[in-house]
Amino acid sequence: MKGYLVIEDGTIYKGNTFGAKGEKFGELIFNTSMTGYQEIIYDPSYKGQIVVMTYPLIGNYGVNSEDIESYKIHLEGFVVKEKSKIYSNWRAEKSIEQLFEENGIIGIEDVDTRRITEIIRDKGAQKAGIFTGENDPKEMLEKVRKSPSIVGVDLVKYTIREEPYWWKKEGKYKVVVIDCGVKYNILRLLSKYDLKVIVYPATTPYEEIIKENPDGILLSNGPGDPEPLKYIIKNVSNLVERYPIFGICLGHQILGQVFGGKTYKLKFGHHGANHPVKDLKTGKIYITVQNHGFCVDINTIKDPDIEMTHINLNDYTLEGIEHRKLPVFSVQFHPENAPGPRDAEYLFKKFYRNIENAKKD
Amino acid sequence: MPKRTDIKRILLIGSGPIIIGQACEFDYSGSQACKALKEEGYEVILVNSNPATIMTDPDMADKIYIEPLIAEIVAKIIEKERPDALLPTLGGQTALNITTQLYEMGILDKFKVKLIGANYYAIKKAEDRELFKKSMEKIGLKVPKSGIAHNLKEAEEVAKKIGFPVIIRPAYTLGGTGSSIAYNIEEFREYAEVGLKASLISEILIEQSLYGWKEYELEVMRDLKDNVVIICSIENFDPMGVHTGDSITVAPVQTLTDKEYQNMRDAAIKIIREIGVETGGSNIQFAVNPENGEMVVIEMNPRVSRSSALASKATGFPIAKIATKLAIGYTLDEIPNDITKKTPACFEPTIDYCVVKIPKFNFEKFPGSLPYLSTSMKSVGEVMAIGRTFKEALQKALRSLEENFFGLEDINLKMELEDGLRIPNPYRVFYIKKAIKEGKTIDEIYNLCKIDKWFLSNIKEIVDFEKEIEKFKNREIDYETMKKAKELGFSDRQIGKIVGKSEIEIRNLRKRYGIEVDYKCVDTCAAEFIAYTPYYYSTYEHPEVIKLE
Repeated sequence: MKGYLVIEDGTIYKGNTFGAKGEKFGELIFNTSMTGYQEIIYDPSYKGQIVVMTYPLIGNYGVNSEDIESYKIHLEGFVVKEKSKIYSNWRAEKSIEQLFEENGIIGIEDVDTRRITEIIRDKGAQKAGIFTGENDPKEMLEKVRKSPSIVGVDLVKYTIREEPYWWKKEGKYKVVVIDCGVKYNILRLLSKYDLKVIVYPATTPYEEIIKENPDGILLSNGPGDPEPLKYIIKNVSNLVERYPIFGICLGHQILGQVFGGKTYKLKFGHHGANHPVKDLKTGKIYITVQNHGFCVDINTIKDPDIEMTHINLNDYTLEGIEHRKLPVFSVQFHPENAPGPRDAEYLFKKFYRNIENAKKD
Repeated sequence: MPKRTDIKRILLIGSGPIIIGQACEFDYSGSQACKALKEEGYEVILVNSNPATIMTDPDMADKIYIEPLIAEIVAKIIEKERPDALLPTLGGQTALNITTQLYEMGILDKFKVKLIGANYYAIKKAEDRELFKKSMEKIGLKVPKSGIAHNLKEAEEVAKKIGFPVIIRPAYTLGGTGSSIAYNIEEFREYAEVGLKASLISEILIEQSLYGWKEYELEVMRDLKDNVVIICSIENFDPMGVHTGDSITVAPVQTLTDKEYQNMRDAAIKIIREIGVETGGSNIQFAVNPENGEMVVIEMNPRVSRSSALASKATGFPIAKIATKLAIGYTLDEIPNDITKKTPACFEPTIDYCVVKIPKFNFEKFPGSLPYLSTSMKSVGEVMAIGRTFKEALQKALRSLEENFFGLEDINLKMELEDGLRIPNPYRVFYIKKAIKEGKTIDEIYNLCKIDKWFLSNIKEIVDFEKEIEKFKNREIDYETMKKAKELGFSDRQIGKIVGKSEIEIRNLRKRYGIEVDYKCVDTCAAEFIAYTPYYYSTYEHPEVIKLE
């Protein structure tokens, strides 16, 4: 079905939509991963965003029920150059078209994804909308421009499950995952260790988390702007001296704020699977998976106990911090990958060791 | 890490005369190496017997020897020139072979020549089948199962362990009795007996058959600090059984999920570490069972390979140049990305187009040679094309072959259709077209050729659209059809042939419609960063755009 991708700057692409019908709005960003569209589609951190895939051929290997990253799809829309007519892979169960139909997601193809990427690169992340069927261009643009910005908005509460749930019940130690929009691969990787894994919504007051008596806390990834998430910052402030903590992506931005840091919005963010990150302690470089639009400004963290541990070699933005005295650390990138290189999975081991050591003391 | 200062004079070995399987790729890599070394202020001593190479131009190296590429001769050059180091990984298999010989002759030790890039043990481990197999097993990776037998009883035991089908290869035969493939025990007994008789030492090698498995390649780079990156992934259009040099290949991989691709990436990183290639590029080949995803390692080239040239041009990442800089001690984060200038070379290129390589054959020049493809390379060259889709890139590449077809046209085919699909040959893609036109289904075609259904389906889209174009026979093609045809990679001439018009008529009509070629760039990063020195490819992409204030 014909439809439109309407970008805030006034550019309107006519293309072919697939999946659901209607109109959807979000912040338009691009992802440069060449494989892994299924994991990207399921990543809760894309709540509020329309994702442009820079790799032009999408859907080739279909989708399967093993590679899902959340209980539902959260992104607002999906933009590709060409959706494959068939899928071919021994694990494939359905096409992305079917997946979108079943989940009420709108995709659009036959648009110039490279040109759109250049618009985002040059002008910064844009508000955008996908509309199915015929519509008046001016009206569509008006709607896009009036659609809410993601800045200053708490998107976490729209992505998380309301009730706590067990992911893994057996294990020597217990980890509470504070769910801000957690990707399943974080839970899968924690489960490789001798850990019980229980997931609590980020809205849970810290007193309840303490009652759960955890041995360690993982602050998960999640969508949107970290600045308005005062309730999570408050909760974590009350947990930070009690338990080993590992923060990932939004979890890192929360932790950064707990230690007095400020966050700022990047022009178009980092969304891809090829970002070089240097571990400043070892000098080693990891090819990392990234998906964030906001960043912690290291210069605003005045706490002398906080040390910068990782930086991005493309733009020298902050990628990781660690507390000098407490077993607390966090990274901006995604050590849980999915999709992308597994170079940084060692951080889960580090978290496990921190838990073990804390128990010994 | 800064560059090495303990070495000043570096010997580089070229790859000698052009032969099948070793052509100008290694002049490309060697020339890049010469330039990179000189740029860093090293003295370069070069030896190559081929005068028709850029690397033997007087200003490429400090000293150039046009001499036979024989270990004894290179030994004499070493004795005279006393280089501090030898860089063996940029001159193809020839340079690697000479280097191992020089080491075994004790020449390198005697004249205190350091090997940079890959050391002797790494080369040995990668090249020796048994050592390679052991190394792979050590790191938990599979290689094709195989075993040796000297009589029928032994042979049956080996075959049972491997499981059918198996390949039987007689050892030491006169006149080179070929290998055969057995699908069951009866066939096996028959072929094994023939094989044992044909072998001068009554020995056969029995190998797991990977018939119909998908074939992949990864181009990997490593630096002295053990940072490893994947530069390019390549998926072969032809399944296992056709030499990569003779296969149509596509970059990046098309039909692997991220999980499967990451398994391959993890394996490649483990392999380069285990084999011990300290710095530079390696090429690693994998086979994947399309039924269940089982992955085996086929081989590893511990050097810049034929595919490296393709991977460099496909991604914008200059593998030979960077491999050279890594060999003299730089690390990936210290080398800038030439195209973006602001970001470093320690990243994995991401591309926003599809690359298709098609080999070029010249069977007519070799009377008596059969135009069938197998595991020994026969192509004499190759072309590469870039498009926004596989369909566009495939048709562009076919045109580039200069064989008088201008895309996926109807050409004269000599074999029976089913044979043309089943037996790997240079024109298989045209047999696929014919089969589609004759109404064969994708599944039927797949069962004969085992080429992934994703590729077949894409070819079908081209063939199906040809019918749409045909509807305009002797009348003016409409805008939508013209636009779509160009996006699918049809040339003006090809469209003209379909509708009975001349190339110029189609071109004029196309121009009247405002359908013009677009040049997009190869920039290593899919437009994420501004490109300062990119290169370009043509493409047709004409979505309808409205610009409002």
